[in-house]
Amino acid sequence: MGRKLLIHNDKVPNIHTLEVYRQNGGYASVEKALKTMTPEAVVEEVKKSGLRGRGGAGFPTGMKWSFLAKPPGVERYLVCNADESEPGTFKDRYLMEKIPHALIEGMITSSYALGAKTSYIYIRGEYFYVARILETAIEEAYAAGLLGKNILGTDFSHDCYVQVGAGAYICGEETALLESLEGKRGNPRIKPPFPAIAGLYGCPTVVNNVETIAAVCPIINMGGDEYAKIGIGRSTGTKLISASGHINKPGTYEIELGIPVEEFIYSDEYCGGIINGRKLKAVVAGGSSVPVLPAELILKTDKGEPRLMTYESLSEGGFISGTMLGSGGFIVYDETTSIVKNLYTFARFYHHESCGQCSPCREGTGWMEKILHRIIEGHGKPSDIDLLWDIQRKIEGNTICPLGDAAAWPVASAIRHFRKEFEAYINHPEKIKDAMPII
Amino acid sequence: MSKEIKFNEETLALCHKMMKRYPEGKHKSAIIPILHIAQAEFGGWLSPEVMDYVASILKIQSIEVYEVASFYSMFNLQPVGKCVLDICRTSSCWVRGAEDVVKHLEKKLGIKAGETTKDGMFTIKMVECLGSCGTAPMLQCGASYHENLTLDKVDKLIEDYRTAGKQRSYTDLDYKNTL
Ligand SMILES: Cc1cc2nc3c(=O)[nH]c(=O)nc-3n(C[C@H](O)[C@H](O)[C@H](O)COP(=O)(O)O)c2cc1C
Ligand code: SF4
Ligand code: FES
Repeated sequence: MGRKLLIHNDKVPNIHTLEVYRQNGGYASVEKALKTMTPEAVVEEVKKSGLRGRGGAGFPTGMKWSFLAKPPGVERYLVCNADESEPGTFKDRYLMEKIPHALIEGMITSSYALGAKTSYIYIRGEYFYVARILETAIEEAYAAGLLGKNILGTDFSHDCYVQVGAGAYICGEETALLESLEGKRGNPRIKPPFPAIAGLYGCPTVVNNVETIAAVCPIINMGGDEYAKIGIGRSTGTKLISASGHINKPGTYEIELGIPVEEFIYSDEYCGGIINGRKLKAVVAGGSSVPVLPAELILKTDKGEPRLMTYESLSEGGFISGTMLGSGGFIVYDETTSIVKNLYTFARFYHHESCGQCSPCREGTGWMEKILHRIIEGHGKPSDIDLLWDIQRKIEGNTICPLGDAAAWPVASAIRHFRKEFEAYINHPEKIKDAMPII
Repeated sequence: MSKEIKFNEETLALCHKMMKRYPEGKHKSAIIPILHIAQAEFGGWLSPEVMDYVASILKIQSIEVYEVASFYSMFNLQPVGKCVLDICRTSSCWVRGAEDVVKHLEKKLGIKAGETTKDGMFTIKMVECLGSCGTAPMLQCGASYHENLTLDKVDKLIEDYRTAGKQRSYTDLDYKNTL
């Protein structure tokens, strides 16, 4: 069994209450940080831990924190990204629903490190019932003197609020999130300036994922060096992986970074193998935005080494033969899956979610959806594959925010690894038309 | 709409409380939470009159409210049924049978996805991933997630909503205990 630091207590009855959470060691990091450490020392521990952002990009958290501008007399903010809308991803929901205080504790300790008097948890509107769980936890924390004025009798005061969104994947992009939090449409901002300089209400702001913020608690408790001993190389610590698709045991798992992908898919501790004993066909390892890999490349790199669950190993081979750890949204497809139709669900998703500010993304996602639709309807032309390839290339790198890239990569990787399947749809539509119908 | 477009005092007080969560002059930040409340209070959708009313509470231009309301998929700008069935159609749900759920519901309710039943009880709305991929297929109604759906479960759900929904709208969010 691997070590667990975030959801090790998830089965303890009533762990969502402050009382039980504290009985199980909860809020130790707040006690330790506020009473025995300077804010700078907290940042230092996070740097030493090697923690990387768990929202998808994997940027080192300690470094991000040290970029935060600190002009005198100007408010600073911590904003938690609980938008979690990347298809295949539901780990933050699990953490917040089961152990809401793990996030609140992290918000307090992190805000102390950053000198933020106010923080917001921006949660997708559909997670309304989870917002309710967080609100209750926050009320408990206020009543216990863990939030509000002079926390635990120290000089540090802090307010934390939950803000609900209203259905928009793009609001997970950090500057779109800030726009939405300011009461506007979720249109990503042009960067620079980065949020660390001008974020919420024009003030210096750190935006971090739920899991990133929760991981700060064990880091402070055990020390950054100890945390960094878990994992391999620059992939330190534990990671929540939400597994779905054709597996026997879908769910949220906490892994030590570095276990083999094969173990994750087939061992009973995790996914428990493919349903009905079928064969593995493909995996999307880090949420819909990362390249899809066929079975042979997800289990082994093109050098023939076992692929590991780390940032580095999953991206080994670049986009020619590798993928990304991303958000940890691990979707498994068995041999019956139509890659082309599955890709259509993604293309439709990105077209639906494009905010429409940049023409390559707005128009390109629409075209990709349309072309894929005609292919799965049996009206594809042989030139459509190259056309799709061309469109995704014109989007990638030419947009304000990374949603454009996120829309391009699934298309590029599906064509790269499963070109024959596209050709079959186009050349013999009568043979596959009724397989796996689609809405 | 027969009901006058005005929150009661308690709800209005809640709106003003929420507007205080943000720094001086930044109360426009409360627009999304207040639109959720307005949608729940005034029949499950946001008419232009309702949006004008929200603008008056926030002391902003109506156009600013229209801009926001039209951006987010949870806000309905057309009338909807008492129970809006949000069915996820994205990859993980699709591979685990979302298609069957939709077809079953379309047949059972006699409407197509995107439509509302004649009696005004049900709307089928196709949505993208709701963070329930590990318990696919799924649908959401109001604040409730219904997961690991089977066709039997769907039948039972519709019966329950038919009975209970006569008294209560399931597009409601229980916001009074939350926001
Ligand atoms: C289209 C898009 C959607 C995103 N969605 C999320 C999300 O739902 N949750 C999240 O934490 N990060 C999301 N991100 C990444 C954020 O922009 C940002 O990098 C992240 O919140 C930083 O936190 P971290 O450093 O702790 O990972 C998204 C990015 C893009 C481009
Ligand atoms: S890339 Fe797409 S989602 Fe991002 S800003 Fe441009 S149009 Fe909007
Ligand atoms: S794909 Fe349906 S909830 Fe995620």
